[in-house]
Amino acid sequence: MTTTVATVKGGEDGTASPYALSHLDALESEAVHIFREVAGEFERPVILFSGGKDSIVMLHLALKAFAPAAIPFSLLHVDTGHNFPEVLEYRDRVVAAHGLRLHVASVQDYIDRGVLKERPDGTRNPLQTLPLTEKIQSEKFDAVFGGGRRDEEKARAKERVFSLRDEFSQWDPRRQRPELWNLYNGRHAPGEHVRVFPLSNWTELDVWQYIAREGIELPEIYFAHEREVFKRAGMWLTAGEWGGPKDGETVEKRLVRYRTVGDMSCTGAVDSDAVSLEQVITEIAASRLTERGATRADDKMSEAAMEDRKREGYF
Amino acid sequence: MSTTTTEELSATTLLRFATAGSVDDGKSTLVGRLLHDSKSILTDQLEAVERASASRGQEAPDLALLTDGLRAEREQGITIDVAYRYFATPRRRFILADTPGHVQYTRNMVTGASTAELTVILVDARNGVVEQTRRHAAIAALLRVPHVVLAVNKMDLVDYQESIFAAIAEEFTAYALELGVPEITAIPISALAGDNVVDPSANMDWYGGPTFLEHLETVPVTHDLSHCHARLPVQYVIRPQTAEHPDYRGYAGQIAAGSFRVGESVTVLPSGRKSKISGIDLLGEPVDIAWTTQSVTVLLEDDIDISRGDLLVPTKDAPPTTQDIEATVCHVADAPLTVNHRVLLKHGTRTVKAIVKDIPSRLTLDDLSLHPHPGQLVANDIGRVKIRTAEPLPVDSYADSRRTGSFILIDPNDGTTLTAGMVGESFASPEPVKDEAEDDGWDF
Repeated sequence: MTTTVATVKGGEDGTASPYALSHLDALESEAVHIFREVAGEFERPVILFSGGKDSIVMLHLALKAFAPAAIPFSLLHVDTGHNFPEVLEYRDRVVAAHGLRLHVASVQDYIDRGVLKERPDGTRNPLQTLPLTEKIQSEKFDAVFGGGRRDEEKARAKERVFSLRDEFSQWDPRRQRPELWNLYNGRHAPGEHVRVFPLSNWTELDVWQYIAREGIELPEIYFAHEREVFKRAGMWLTAGEWGGPKDGETVEKRLVRYRTVGDMSCTGAVDSDAVSLEQVITEIAASRLTERGATRADDKMSEAAMEDRKREGYF
Repeated sequence: MSTTTTEELSATTLLRFATAGSVDDGKSTLVGRLLHDSKSILTDQLEAVERASASRGQEAPDLALLTDGLRAEREQGITIDVAYRYFATPRRRFILADTPGHVQYTRNMVTGASTAELTVILVDARNGVVEQTRRHAAIAALLRVPHVVLAVNKMDLVDYQESIFAAIAEEFTAYALELGVPEITAIPISALAGDNVVDPSANMDWYGGPTFLEHLETVPVTHDLSHCHARLPVQYVIRPQTAEHPDYRGYAGQIAAGSFRVGESVTVLPSGRKSKISGIDLLGEPVDIAWTTQSVTVLLEDDIDISRGDLLVPTKDAPPTTQDIEATVCHVADAPLTVNHRVLLKHGTRTVKAIVKDIPSRLTLDDLSLHPHPGQLVANDIGRVKIRTAEPLPVDSYADSRRTGSFILIDPNDGTTLTAGMVGESFASPEPVKDEAEDDGWDF
């Protein structure tokens, strides 16, 4: 580092300046700023933690934001009952390692109590909204961190970093507050809460590059492994008690990995032989499909599927 | 990306930019073209657009559909809010704040421009500089966006004539320079045909400059820090109080301007207490120096009372604190802002009670005329306000620092964000506004 502050020449050598931040440093700094703003302005923040890569990165950033102190938030997992066992195992290990408090909202409980009904297609993703919103109300969480990224889907592209939800957790795109500079406005009425998205400006590739740079451990299903799968709606789904395979669907053993981790019933695996982070990143950079397009059945339901679920209080 | 190189996967810089254009200038097509030709659109996204275009009876895929996210927009064929888009080239990562250009959406343009290093203003080559173009230029100037690109679109409809482009570029540049826009680049394009968006145009040999994307890739994203006032708004005090760190007190925040180094004398505002920086923790790594937009934790030699909302500044370069703020504002809420309005003001990490003492004038963006004492500002109005705060604040002028010279006003009752404020003079001098009441002879 030079001791004199030199004039920064931009242009061709945009990265050559001693005061240029790399894109990952800029995104990391912004996310940390968001975590610290929430810690400073809210009473009961919680991080939605699924054990998927985006929530793992969120937790890693939160740990960095408050080090050497503990993070001033608890974790909340909405358990569909159809989670991959590898992911649940990872979740419990991380919670124990960092001495965190985990809240679980269980879709299975709601089905057992008759409050929610199983859908004919076996998909439980849309069923997550009610357990999530009731848990937010009963625990009086006033800020809920989600791993949502604006590059994921068209309706998400309109989402704010601080997204106000009413007492029914509903999202109204026309009632959004403008976000100016980096001055986030977290004020809300009692009963309302704010969904906060620290990874708003990250892309899938950014997340993977950051995981590689920071050496973050992930559940094994993100890497290529042999798995018994069957084809439904053009996706490789894991065979299991949740509802597959059905008649006419045949199980085969394939070398696959997951690009996203959600509910078993709607998260598809992709053919892959990428066993290291470097290989995964190379594969993603070369992929011609978005991660949701490749692997999520629930977003294809209609042109406005995500918008409708967001309005109802979905992540 | 169609091909992957190691270069593409390495660290690069990030450019945040914003678009503005009048309705029908082809902004959605430009953004669609940019994403499409830079190979940032993936197969499933393109298939969805093709399906949607076909179901509407359109022959070719409508690239504008890539960027219209909400059902209301698709049904009405409009863009109702700021949308954020992401793409990358081997040279740079981009965040685009895509803002609608309709007259009633000034606030969206202000929102997009507030975080942008560069603004793209689109004009239709057949119409040239129109009232909307002047509004967009004024907003870019008010928000002090460092770089402005004038994209003269639909060149294919004027036979790619150089004289038409040159006349528009000249008129716009003269106007924007008068407003104090520091840097303007004019580029002739056809978003529909793809000329000069990503690939150089064969139809415009006379143009020797960069394509639109080349310019985005090479524009500087960092500034000379030697003229910046260093500022660190304290967000949070980190006190582990564990056996391992019994006495650790770290002041966490994102550096808003300039740079700080270990050993430097600092003053805490508004209290005025002084100390020295004993350490800087850059997210787990001790460093000797840290600079703007890095999130850090600063340790001081003395145990002094510092909390969220305070501002750390170099002792030799401390701003004055004041309870009387004069600013240019854009009103962003549906309910009006009136004289004697009681509000909350958020500046940096500090939120204080405040009262709107006076609204000296409203600015008409079309001709930059001032309307004295409008009594109130309604949604999308730009105006001057005088605000009295309940506590002293260390504000900078927005011209010196976009982060510590800006603030928002919040409705204390329902939390609505009311107003975006910029401390100090509206435009870089000379102040190019005409006072309607008494033309006191501005000499341009």
